[in-house]
Formats: sequence, C-alpha cells, structure tokens
Amino acid sequence: MKYVDEYRSARLAKSIVDEIRRIQTRPWVIMEVCGGQTHSIVKHGLDRLLPEGIELVHGPGCPVCVTPLETIDKAHAIAAKPDVIFCSFGDMLRVPGSHGDLFTLKSRGADIRVVYSPLDCLKIAVANPDKQVVFFAIGFETTAPANAMLVHRAKQEDAKNVSILVSHVLVPPALHFLLRSPQNRVQGFLGPGHVCAVMGYNDYDPVSAAYKVPIVITGFEPLDLLQGVLMTVRQLEAGSATVENQYSRVLNRDGNQPARALVDRVFEVCDRRWRGVGPIPGSGYKLRAEYSDHDAERIFQVQAIDTQESTICISGAILSGIRKPHDCPAFGTACTPLTPLGATMVSAEGACAAYYAYGRHLEQQPLPPAAHAHVGGGR
Amino acid sequence: MSQAAVRDSMSATKLDDTTPANSSAKPKSSQADPDTAAMLPGGSCPLPVLHHDQIVLGHGSGGKLSAELLERVFLPAFSNPTLDKLDDQAVLQVGHTRLAFTTDSFVVTPIFFPGGDIGRLAINGTVNDLAMSGAKPLYLAAAFILEEGLSTDELCRIVESMSDAARDAGVQLVTGDTKVVNKGKGDKIFISTTGIGVVEREVNISADRARPGDRIILSGYIGDHGMAILSQRENLEWEGVIESDCAALHNLVSDMLDVSTEIRCLRDPTRGGVATVLNEIAARSDVGMLLRETEIPVRETVRGACELLGLDPLYVANEGKLIAIAPAEAADAIVGRMRQNPLGQDARVIGSVTVEHPGMVLMETEIGGTRVVDTLFGEQLPRIC
Repeated sequence: MKYVDEYRSARLAKSIVDEIRRIQTRPWVIMEVCGGQTHSIVKHGLDRLLPEGIELVHGPGCPVCVTPLETIDKAHAIAAKPDVIFCSFGDMLRVPGSHGDLFTLKSRGADIRVVYSPLDCLKIAVANPDKQVVFFAIGFETTAPANAMLVHRAKQEDAKNVSILVSHVLVPPALHFLLRSPQNRVQGFLGPGHVCAVMGYNDYDPVSAAYKVPIVITGFEPLDLLQGVLMTVRQLEAGSATVENQYSRVLNRDGNQPARALVDRVFEVCDRRWRGVGPIPGSGYKLRAEYSDHDAERIFQVQAIDTQESTICISGAILSGIRKPHDCPAFGTACTPLTPLGATMVSAEGACAAYYAYGRHLEQQPLPPAAHAHVGGGR
Repeated sequence: MSQAAVRDSMSATKLDDTTPANSSAKPKSSQADPDTAAMLPGGSCPLPVLHHDQIVLGHGSGGKLSAELLERVFLPAFSNPTLDKLDDQAVLQVGHTRLAFTTDSFVVTPIFFPGGDIGRLAINGTVNDLAMSGAKPLYLAAAFILEEGLSTDELCRIVESMSDAARDAGVQLVTGDTKVVNKGKGDKIFISTTGIGVVEREVNISADRARPGDRIILSGYIGDHGMAILSQRENLEWEGVIESDCAALHNLVSDMLDVSTEIRCLRDPTRGGVATVLNEIAARSDVGMLLRETEIPVRETVRGACELLGLDPLYVANEGKLIAIAPAEAADAIVGRMRQNPLGQDARVIGSVTVEHPGMVLMETEIGGTRVVDTLFGEQLPRIC
C-alpha cells in the first residue's frame, strides 16, 4: 500500500537494527510516549528485533487509559439519561466504569453512538432537536482541534443541544512529572508524532534541557519507530540531549498554526488527574468560560462520584515506565480486556491491552527462533 | 454455523439505530471448557457464570464473548457428539447417505450493499456452510421476519436476488415461513436459512483434523465484505468502492476435492475473520500455526480503510473466501486448481501447521518480527487516534 509499505520494509528494518547494534556500547531505557506507538511496536514485534540492552518502556500516552474512573462514571451517568444521545469514539465504549461499560448501558436502552468525527454530533443534534447530544471529548492535543471545532461550530450555529464532556490531557506536563520521579528509569524518549503534528515541538525543548534527556519526535510505522530508536541511541551514546524530529514528513517545529489557534480559543489549561498516575498540575484542557453553554459537566451537574480502583493493579508503575505488564500477577488472568482492573488494560492502546491483544499473555515459552530471524521481502 | 451476523465484527459501529436483536446470538467457538461445564448444575440456566447479566453486541461477534455464550449456555443444554464437534454444519449418517445439515440467520444492515444484499447473502452463507463439509448443497428452507413498514419494493428486490442466487448455486428453496413484527421490533428484515446437502465423496473434513506439517491455504483477498458493509453503513468514502465478496463456494470446494480428498479442514472466515477461524482450528486440533503476513492478500482500499480506522483485516468478515488445511504434499496442486476457478484465482499458501505452541496462531510480521494472532473478545472498535 502506498505510503505504508515503504515504512515496513524488512530489509531496511534490518539495516537500522544493525546500525543500532553497531553504535550501542551499553544498555539504554527508552520510552515511547504515545499509545499508538506502543500498539505498533507490539503488533510488529519491534521490541524483539532490537539488540539486547535496548529496552523500550511504554509511556502514558493512551488517552482512553488515563481518563479517570470518576470521569467515566460521570459520562455513564449522563449517557443513561433518557433525553441524551451520547456520542463517543469507538474505543471508549468498552471501558468499564464502576457499574459496567457503555455497551452495557446501551443494552439497557441508552442511546449511545460511535462517531468518526466530533462534527458528526452537529448533524445528530440537528436531526434530534428534542435531545441533548453530548460528545465525550477525551484525548491528547491530537484530538483537541476537532473537539474544539465542534464546540466552536455549535456556538456559531447556536446549536443549544450540543455539549461536550471534556477530559483532555497534555503530554509535556506528563513528561515533567515522570522525569521528576525518583524512580524514573527513562533515559530517552520517542516523542508523540501526532501530538506534535498539531502542537509542534517547542514545548519539548525545556523538558529535554531540564532533565538532560534526548527526545526524538517519532512516527508510528515500524521504520519510523526503529529510526526514532536509532536517533535516540545516537544521542545517548554521544552524551547529547536535544529535541530532534524523525517525523519530518508530517510535522515541523511550530505545528499546525490554525489548529493551535482554535484550541487556544476554545480551551484553557487546567490541572487534571490521570488514571493510574494521579493529579498532574497544568496537564489538561477545560472549556473557556465563554463556551460554558456547551459544557456537559455544567449542564448536567453530575455530582462527584466516589470510585474505588483495584489494589492489585500496577498500571501507575507501567504508565511511568517502571514496570512491564508481565510484572503484574493479575495480567492475563484476573485482568483481561473483558475484565480490566486498571488504566493500561481498558483501551486497546494501553500497554497491557496491547500485550494481551498480540497474545503475549499466552507466551509461556520463547517464540521459535526461526521466526525471529526471518527477514522476508516487503509486500 | 457461523455465517450470518454480518453486523458481526463491525456491529459496534452501528450504534445509532440498532436494537439489541441486531447481533446474532449464534456463537460458535473452539474450545469447550470442561471445568466450567462440570460446575454447571444440570438443567438450570447457568447465566450467572457469564460476565454480563445482559446480552451485549459482543456476544454476536464470533469472538471470546460468543464462545462464552456457547460454552456456558448452549452446549450444556444441547450437548451431543455431533454438536460438540462445533463445525459449521452437522454431517449425519442417514441410511446409506451422509447428509450435511446447517442453519444460519442474517441480520445485516444495510440490507443492500456494494456486491450483494441480505437475500444473496442468506443463500450463499448457508450454501457455504454446507460446502465446508465437502457436501453438495441441495435444498434450502427460508424464514423471513419482516418489520412492519418495510417497503414491498425492497422485499421484492431481496426475494428476486435470493431466487437468482439459489439458481446460480444450483439449490432449490423448498419450504419457508413468514412472520411480521411491530415497527421497532425488528430492523426491516431478518432472514434465516436452513440447508441440506449430501456428502458423496469419501472425505473427512473437520476442524479437529489439522496435523503438524500441513499447509494453510487461503482462497483470496480478505476483509472485502466487512469493510464494504462498514463503509456503506457509515457513509465512509474511499478512493474506489469496496465491494462485498459474497459468493457461493461449493464449486470451488468441489474443484479442490477433485485434486485431493485428503483436505483436512475447510472453513469460510465470516464474522471474526481469518484470525478467528484459524484460532478455532488450532484449538480444536491442538496444533500451532505459523502465518506469513507478506502472503496474506489484502486489497489496497481495504488495507487503507483498516489503517485509517485502526482495524485489523485479519478480524474483518469475508463472505466468499475459504481457509483450507491440507497435507503439504497436496497443497501446491490444490492451490493450482483453485487458481483456475475465478473464486480462487488469488489462492495461496499463507502458512503452516506446527507442533510448537499448540492452540496458538503466530505470525511472522512483514517487518520481520513475530506476534501472536489471538481471538478477540468482541467486535473490533475504531480507535481514537
């Protein structure tokens, strides 16, 4: 497939891996920040192509995972109301709150719809003037422009029955948070390509400088990720710590200016709690006061809900790169995508869910070496 | 017994106007769970052992939730040696004749889609379930559940299409039934078809017969049907229309059996896709499998659509493809013969059956890594980013 196969060549992958092996003199711990990157790494088995001593740890960049349980419970309380049409991206539907997931609510008669673009909510609102259409606006900076556009258009078009439940999170404050932790093991980052496509990467310079860590803004295809690792290892071996852009075919230093302007107009920075991690100052977006007519939290006045997280779950440590899914006694047994105990299992892009989806819970013996060594041609 | 439920692997995306009836509650699965079965009190409904206290769409996905329903509700109630084989059809010895017998229901939305409609699907789906035993399909029964308000024009078009499909497949519709339900209690039209055929050849085809060393044959491009349905349902436009591969496969099977009657397993990878079928066979035969991703054919448009939506074509439904497991020495001849049939022109060997990792399907990725291809819990969900 055009623009995809080029980035999945086994021959080029091998040459990048050989180069990493050639320059590497000691072990390094590198975190890929974004859940999409984790998914791609596990799906393609990239972590197993890398030389021993290059350890990839999986970061907090799955927005579905880090959405707090209390926010999910609020969403469910709103979705269960009879006059509400509740819209969401698909992968939020199976995320359990304290009392089941959106699928369960739907089976009890709630009107819950998957949309592919937040703007679909406007059409639904026009077709259902007697209903309140609520969109579950979660995500990192990546989805913020589209969510902002929905609210902006709703205000412009005076669509009074459109609102959003906001649980946006921001990457740079999370990196500060991780790097400040005394338990931190991460020595370099593969930065989030899609987030930076919107926001640019100026905000990453202070992080890199303050903690002396290389950050390589990286794409999502196998060769992107391997090249990102190579660039990070080069910096680590050379003792340098700067922000580099591996994903230059998609993004530049300043990001998408009109998108940033729209986000800035609709949202303002606020403190936010991350599931599995806890509160991080200045790490979220909330709606600005002039858009409060479209703020679902204000409209529906859902009270704070007391929630209880699992005591076994180690998702906080996994999201911080301190532990791996296999370190958890519940992984693949008590905790599965059907019965998730915490953040990293609830969404397909969480590290535990990615490990599970690609069968790593089943692996009691090492995979056959022949399969590892195989390097075939590209498609 | 799988076939229908085309709302299947994609059902979650059609959340706007579905009723809970929209997902098939006809799961099939691979592994019975003796421990759980033993715990069940005979005769009383074992529902409390399910993860859900209500049926959700995932129970019709063909994945682990479907398997759970089958293992904990249906099998304990109906268990017998024929059913327990969990093939797509029952093969029954009646006098001197081996009969193949199957049933399937069709609830697809939209009822008309590029490459077919619910009527054609209802014929071909049941014909294919019969064909996967090596049977020659003969007669069908059809039951129609019509929702009040369905336009007679649409009904006529569906019936005409069924008639054409039956003629094309060489089967006769010999009995049937019609019911009408109140508006809102159905989704325009549900069709259930039951089929009977005769196994004339000396074959023994079942999901428990795969052996280490066997080759895994796929008859062509995967994911066309599921992505055609999803695109039509959600008004997603791609460069080039994706058409369903809806087709009757019994003649292709007959061609294959002309070459070798040693074919061990045949399955049409409908809901749950190729991954689900291979996991079922691996579990039922207690063997491992190793696939080569570079050998699995996916059309550009289907791949592109899947990439965009975060779906994996290995789990997307097909309605005109088959998977065959055959001894290595026969595989090339079978593939050669398949390629002479238009429905098998892109047939190829996509992997082999292994002694290692029994019950697991592994795949060498195109980049040179290896991963496990597992069964999903429910339907695939489009990802946020």
